[in-house]
Amino acid sequence: MSLIRSPKDFWSGLIYLVAALFGLTIGSNYSMGRAGQMGPGYFPIILSSLLLMFGAVTLVRSFIVPGESVTRFALKPALLIIGSVVVFGLLVERAGFLVAMFASTLMSASASSEFRFEWRAILGLVLFVAAGALLFVKALGVPMPLIGPWFNPS
Amino acid sequence: MDLLGNLWIGLETALTPYNLLYCLVGVFFGTAVGVLPGLGPVATIAMLLPITFGLPPESALIMLAGIYYGAQYGGSTTAILVNLPGESSSVVTALDGYQMARQGNAGRALATAAIGSFIAGTLATIVIIFFAPPLASIALKFGPAEYFSLMVLGLIGSIVLARGSLLHALAMILLGLFLGLVGTDITSGSERYTFDLPKLADGIDFVIVAMGIFGVGEIIANLENESKRELITKRVTGLMPTREDWRRIRWPILRGTLLGSILGILPGGGAMLASFGAYSLEKKVSPNSAEFGKGAIEGVAAPEAANNAGAQTSFIPMLTLGIPSNPVMALMIGAMIIQGIQPGPSVMTDQPSLFWGLIVSMWVGNLMLLALNLPLIGLWVRMISIPYHFLFPMIVAFCSIGVFSLSNSTFDVYLMAIFGLLGYVFRKIDAEPAPLLLAFVLGPMMEEFLRRTLLLSRGDTTVFFTRPISAIMLGVAVILLIIVLLPSIRKKREEAFEEEAG
Repeated sequence: MSLIRSPKDFWSGLIYLVAALFGLTIGSNYSMGRAGQMGPGYFPIILSSLLLMFGAVTLVRSFIVPGESVTRFALKPALLIIGSVVVFGLLVERAGFLVAMFASTLMSASASSEFRFEWRAILGLVLFVAAGALLFVKALGVPMPLIGPWFNPS
Repeated sequence: MDLLGNLWIGLETALTPYNLLYCLVGVFFGTAVGVLPGLGPVATIAMLLPITFGLPPESALIMLAGIYYGAQYGGSTTAILVNLPGESSSVVTALDGYQMARQGNAGRALATAAIGSFIAGTLATIVIIFFAPPLASIALKFGPAEYFSLMVLGLIGSIVLARGSLLHALAMILLGLFLGLVGTDITSGSERYTFDLPKLADGIDFVIVAMGIFGVGEIIANLENESKRELITKRVTGLMPTREDWRRIRWPILRGTLLGSILGILPGGGAMLASFGAYSLEKKVSPNSAEFGKGAIEGVAAPEAANNAGAQTSFIPMLTLGIPSNPVMALMIGAMIIQGIQPGPSVMTDQPSLFWGLIVSMWVGNLMLLALNLPLIGLWVRMISIPYHFLFPMIVAFCSIGVFSLSNSTFDVYLMAIFGLLGYVFRKIDAEPAPLLLAFVLGPMMEEFLRRTLLLSRGDTTVFFTRPISAIMLGVAVILLIIVLLPSIRKKREEAFEEEAG
């Protein structure tokens, strides 16, 4: 048996502590002011100190009170879904909306265990991208180039 | 008091063809979202928010509200037919509704849910009409100290609902308040936690946080174990409840409505708490309590009435005080701010057509839902059978586009990716993210009210306890905290969430 009796509390306590320390370190650069004349640093320091306290209590408790273990981190879906959002951001202004949406949706769809690379899925994807282009770019006028500068160098 | 005149303003606003259309769009989307498990009203409203920027404020809010209470209707359909909650508030409906469906009474269960929701929606609208104006006039007298205490109460209230330990919920609130600090400090003008990034100078848009945590983060969590859904019945027949049914559901619906209306007004309240409360109440008082869990029609009627009533009365604190009681209301407040309306007690006097139009539209929307739901049941059944692996890539795409369109910036898209990951991590460590979003919206206001209070009192913090209204609210917050910590209640609360998870 390991020393940590409640892994969930352990990790969350750690997250709170890191956030609190981060808040305190950066927040200490801001002027505190006084209660009657709160400076920009006043509220952040109060919040970070409270969070520090909660983080410490949670962390200490994880060694004393037994609790649940953290279930396996779904690495593949997490990477693919987050990746697909990032890919959309990277491509939309460079390669254009059509390519960006096609690539990002294909990437997110592959996160499912049901995903099969076959012609019907691709056809559906093409239709979805076309519908998205009509709705968002044409009808709602979101300023995204359909074909980005990557493909028309002029 | 000019109640009739106000209602007339509301009718005039809600019944324009334009607004009727947006109401219909809202409740239709809402029902669809409710029917589909894995897609909640928070993510949907966040996705549709950018589209509403171009609409007049009345239409925008009427549509967004429709999504929320429409989702309560839709959620019950999935609960009854698939034994999966389409919405977290319809968890308890699945207990008896699914049993009824298995016994071949799916039609009657669906009709009971719809009728119960309609009656509750109608009565809850009346509650809003009578309770909102006096509350708003009290709120007009609030000073910064009262507002600060009210927000503390609201945040503590949201904890009572949060799953998991109190410590996590409090930490989530602090994290949310902290995220709210990012940006330029209003008073001093100095930038805080922006890493000198110009894009962060205006702070983080709450739509990005909501879509990241509730949209993207939830999708990753759902993909952990993809389950297949099996429909109990492909064809639903026999929609009308029998005379005997009517007799049995009459009181449960009224009791559910009453309980739901009260729980909805409370800070931190809303649809989910209401349906849980109503189910356990009904189980205690019903003469047929032995049938509960085996297909008791009361077990469908009461929670469905309660969640719809709760969904609607949770608009009261939002409309009158400008305080969100749940994440959906936080989004509504965001929508108002985007439209240039400062939420708070002055909305009622400054924007009567918005205020009353929204209220009247809720009743109109409920009528539409009753008309939409039962005849279109075939459509909803087909929608349930859309597999999740077709659905989630579209949601991810809509989230990306929606976030980009906020300010046409890819920076926001990357930011959403970070919040998506964060949302997933929070779910892994059993930290409910709803309080975080509430705190995020309230954070900047809280700091401002705290600053003003202490400026007026010259740094004396005892004002929060010497001003009576403020003291009462802080007192209630403390009592709530104690209640959650009491061993017996703590056990009950854990049981309730166990039941939900199971």
